Amino acid sequence: MDLGPHATFILAAYALVALVLAGLALWLWLDGRQQANLIADLERRGVRRRSRSRAGTDGMGTGT
Amino acid sequence: MQSQSITQRLANPTRFMALSGVVLPWLVTVALMTIAYGLYTGWTAPPDYQQGQTIKIMYIHVPSAWLGMMGYALIAVSSFGLLVFRHPLADVSAKAAAPIGAAFTFLALVTGSLWGKPMWGTYWVWDARLTSVLILFFLYLGLMALRSSLDEDVLASKLTAVLALVGVVILPFIKISVEGLSIPSLGLEIPAWNTLHQPSSVLRSDGPKIHPSQLNPLLVSAAGFTLLFFALHMKGMRNEILRRRLKTLRMAEVDTVRSGQAAPAAAE
Repeated sequence: MDLGPHATFILAAYALVALVLAGLALWLWLDGRQQANLIADLERRGVRRRSRSRAGTDGMGTGT
Repeated sequence: MQSQSITQRLANPTRFMALSGVVLPWLVTVALMTIAYGLYTGWTAPPDYQQGQTIKIMYIHVPSAWLGMMGYALIAVSSFGLLVFRHPLADVSAKAAAPIGAAFTFLALVTGSLWGKPMWGTYWVWDARLTSVLILFFLYLGLMALRSSLDEDVLASKLTAVLALVGVVILPFIKISVEGLSIPSLGLEIPAWNTLHQPSSVLRSDGPKIHPSQLNPLLVSAAGFTLLFFALHMKGMRNEILRRRLKTLRMAEVDTVRSGQAAPAAAE
């Protein structure tokens, strides 16, 4: 496909979008994996959420 | 449990984690397929009679700009939900949306510059549309910086929510910066600024001013990027819920250690 005299601008724009969105997705995936691993590590050591042990409800701690 | 409203039930983080865990893979798949189809039809569409092949930048620039603004609107609605209704997931939603909205706003700015250079002869001009979108980007950075600068979570959430609601005034400003605003019944007449940026070709009161061969791929790719935004937002919310659970667990661990240390002391 001939993109004409402005091919560099078109390809640069698409490459940037792919790079930024892939980077964002990778960061979110790694962050989620890290949080899950840290939680699993604590639970392996027998640590349980206080709210679950007391009332069986979720203890997210929303910060509100 | 029966006295809970539907909103309260949906607000339950455990239910959200279960539901989003099922929905997220499908949402990502549908988003990527929709984007691929939208961009394919855009790339195989005939070039624009004025802009030539650079019209292809429209299929990523316009959705990025829309989602940059939608992300801020989402933060504002979430902030309202936090401050007024104290919705348990509102702050999680606002926090998760900020980096995603910032990324799309950044992409709108840079892809716009890359489109502007061959069409306008310059990467940047300090006109109303470009400057107001740049301010939107700085607002995103400000929200993230404010939240991360405060150690106290409740205070950080509330201050960030207030700033988000104050900053929402930028959204109508971005819209009217190019087209102005006329409401004769109210006697309101805001003229359009002098700008290089073209007026909207799609969201117009008199219908889209763009050929269907370009409009349809644009709408499909915009739908795909919107689905991707929600998928990334859902993943960000899941991460934030896990982060807060981790914090709760660490506090529980500290309490356990302290009580373990206190028991022998009491026995003595």
